[in-house]
Amino acid sequence: MPFFATLGFILLVTILLIILRHDRPEIAMLLALAATAVIMVGLLKNVSEILLVFEDLAVKANVNTNYLKLIIKIVGIAYLAGFGAQICKDAGENSMAAKIELAGKIFILTMGIPIMVGILDLILKVF
Amino acid sequence: MDINLIFRIAGIGILISVLNMVLKQAGKEEQAQMLTLAGVVIVLFMVIQLIQRLFTDIRSVFGF
Repeated sequence: MPFFATLGFILLVTILLIILRHDRPEIAMLLALAATAVIMVGLLKNVSEILLVFEDLAVKANVNTNYLKLIIKIVGIAYLAGFGAQICKDAGENSMAAKIELAGKIFILTMGIPIMVGILDLILKVF
Repeated sequence: MDINLIFRIAGIGILISVLNMVLKQAGKEEQAQMLTLAGVVIVLFMVIQLIQRLFTDIRSVFGF
């Protein structure tokens, strides 16, 4: 999706949201959700290209690809958690946004702990 | 890009606002409430398909 198309799309959605927000806040929230989903689906193609380049670099640098895959998964979780939290904040539900962020942090921590343990094991082996 | 879907959602929202005003003027508060609910459900059905597509795309890109 080209940048100017995205920009125009977002400006158009903003105008529609201003029209709707006043008397139909629930439909405005759903519209914002739909617009976010459309934009993210458009951006994912670019993201996948970037990730492919990273994987290529990791293979060239002889980095363990399992770790890279884990990191990519963590980025995905952060991306989705940010998406959900932003939608909740837009709808005025700040406490639910905080819960989504907490869930994202906990899942990221559970996925990251094996890497941390691996590093600690390596350090213990060296000394 | 699904610009048509966005227009459809905004159109449903505006249509429901207008119909709501008409029903309220006619003194049919309950029907206005039901109309609001129906509108939300219809739009939700459209949005849910999009969200499902987003989640499957994210799954395939980030390798879940």
